[in-house]
Amino acid sequence: MKTLLQNREVLLAVLIIVLALMVGLVMPDFLLPSNLLAVYNDTSILIILALGQMLVILTRCIDLSVAANLALTGMVVAMLNSAYPDVAVPVLVLAGALLGLILGMINGALVWKLGIPAIVVTLGTMSIYRGIVFLLSDGAWVNAHEMSAAFVSIPRSELLGIPVLAWVSVIVIVLMAHFTRHRRLGREIYAAGNNPTAAFYTGIQVGRLQFVAFSISGLLAGLCGYLWVSRYAVAYVDVAAGFELQVIAACVIGGVSIMGGIGTVQGCVLGALFLGVINNALPVIGVSPFWQMAVSGAVIVIAVIANAKSERKTGRIILKKAALQTH
Amino acid sequence: MPFKKIMATALVAAAMATSGLVQADSVRIGLVVKALGIGFFEAANQGAQEAAKELGDVEVIYTGPTSTTAEGQIEVINSLIAQKVDAIAVSANDTDALVPILKKAQQRGIKVVSWDSGVAPEGRQVHLNPSSNSLIGEMNVKLADEALKATGSDQGDIAILSATPTSTNQNIWIEEMKKVLPQYPQLNLVATVYGDDLADKSYRETVGLLKSHPNLKVIVAPTSVGIVAAAQAVQDQGRIGEVYVTGLGLPSELAGHVDSGAVKSFAIWNPIDLGYAAAMISYNLVQGNASDTEVGMGRIGVAQLDEQGNAAMAEPFVYNTSNVHAFADIF
Repeated sequence: MKTLLQNREVLLAVLIIVLALMVGLVMPDFLLPSNLLAVYNDTSILIILALGQMLVILTRCIDLSVAANLALTGMVVAMLNSAYPDVAVPVLVLAGALLGLILGMINGALVWKLGIPAIVVTLGTMSIYRGIVFLLSDGAWVNAHEMSAAFVSIPRSELLGIPVLAWVSVIVIVLMAHFTRHRRLGREIYAAGNNPTAAFYTGIQVGRLQFVAFSISGLLAGLCGYLWVSRYAVAYVDVAAGFELQVIAACVIGGVSIMGGIGTVQGCVLGALFLGVINNALPVIGVSPFWQMAVSGAVIVIAVIANAKSERKTGRIILKKAALQTH
Repeated sequence: MPFKKIMATALVAAAMATSGLVQADSVRIGLVVKALGIGFFEAANQGAQEAAKELGDVEVIYTGPTSTTAEGQIEVINSLIAQKVDAIAVSANDTDALVPILKKAQQRGIKVVSWDSGVAPEGRQVHLNPSSNSLIGEMNVKLADEALKATGSDQGDIAILSATPTSTNQNIWIEEMKKVLPQYPQLNLVATVYGDDLADKSYRETVGLLKSHPNLKVIVAPTSVGIVAAAQAVQDQGRIGEVYVTGLGLPSELAGHVDSGAVKSFAIWNPIDLGYAAAMISYNLVQGNASDTEVGMGRIGVAQLDEQGNAAMAEPFVYNTSNVHAFADIF
């Protein structure tokens, strides 16, 4: 039992269950299976983005541009749908994912080829992508009645009683779990982040893996662009403003180390779910909006403290010169 | 060939002469907008032309720059001064940048009115606001009452979905609503929640409201992101007809939600009325039909001016199935 509780993911899962039960005391309907499914569905986009972000953080980088990427691809997809309502929705989704991939590749290429710190690159592209949304749309909204019925209804239509939006996140989780655990590229991402020097000496190109991570993060953000605009049936410049911080917070709470190399798919998903439960519970139990901010903030700080304790490295670098040469 | 040319020249000359004649005894008002080609301002022009037709001896010159810059507006106003118009009614791209040129216009006896987006007091005689805080608060409560009746109940819970808890205009409007609420004992305000003008948070807050207040009948959202997200949430929760969303929003943004039935009616300024009132005020200033405290706006009524020349046109205009699509093409 003790070892089980020392496992970070188990602890987080227990925390989420306790949290949900506490909300259930105030508001019993919160624990209905239909409501729990709604909470999961509401958190789907956060889960998908957090998984992309996790890969980037694993390589010791950070992607601040995910929300802007989502806003840009979402606007493009919505504008395409409004201008050409006959184009099939899957084609639009593919176009959005492709655009997101390109935006992610731009981030990755700048980090890889020019060696600029990721936080600076994505801080810049975040503004650039957001700016392009404004240029494209001229500040105008794409509204519900301008979108085709299929465009809006697909993510909320149900398959075996579960909304398509939730299915998409389940598929992404499964693919990502396979990728990080069983694919060579996935394992190399861990190696590159955990110890870039060692990775370099074993023939792993750290920069290339950072590029791969950014590309996947961009691809998933592009996919979420469609999911977001169709879920809220509106696209405008400020879509998902500030959402990148929630995405990073989900990773941190889920035990993904900002220092790179540490993090699991299940941890990341639980981190996102934790925020999802809080986001959905606080409005129901009627907490003041200022307390909501404080609670979310406190949770993140506590998670970081927990991380710092568990990650204190035991070894030390003996070949400092070699470490300097590789990055 | 030369004959044709002479004829053409003569025709142009004749045309110029007649237009000169018309100019001599009609009031000419330059309606300057932020930029040409914006639906909102085209609609305002429609209203101003309506005023011109009603008055008879008025010519409204609709003009503006091609992009929303103060420089462009200065150029346009310069040419209006050169044309010796009698009045300029402007929706400004910059509060202060237009002051010098408008002062120059005033020195030449041109009456200056700003509307929609104001100019600093020294640059104009009157500024026409589309509405006032108290009128907006009152309208929101009135809409909530109408929505409550639409659910078929005489009494019910209502909630307010605002933007951020620190948003000044939202808080003022909510204050104004609370002042009016005692006159509507059938409306029971149970909660005020904040969607931060984020679609996802507004949506979640709405779902939270629907869950924690099962008897909720009306959600009032005096914010454009909030009202859209709330309408979508009510639709997704399958509560259309039991709960209505109302508040402030743009027709283009809400047309779909009026169609779905989640929104019965909502309010925002009417750009046609605004253009009409701006033209009427300009005309009355030119004719000397205005005092320091009052100026007429034709069919809309009389505007009360404060010491700085600010006026509020009317309470926000109500949109519903009957007119939302016509206005959705405008703004």
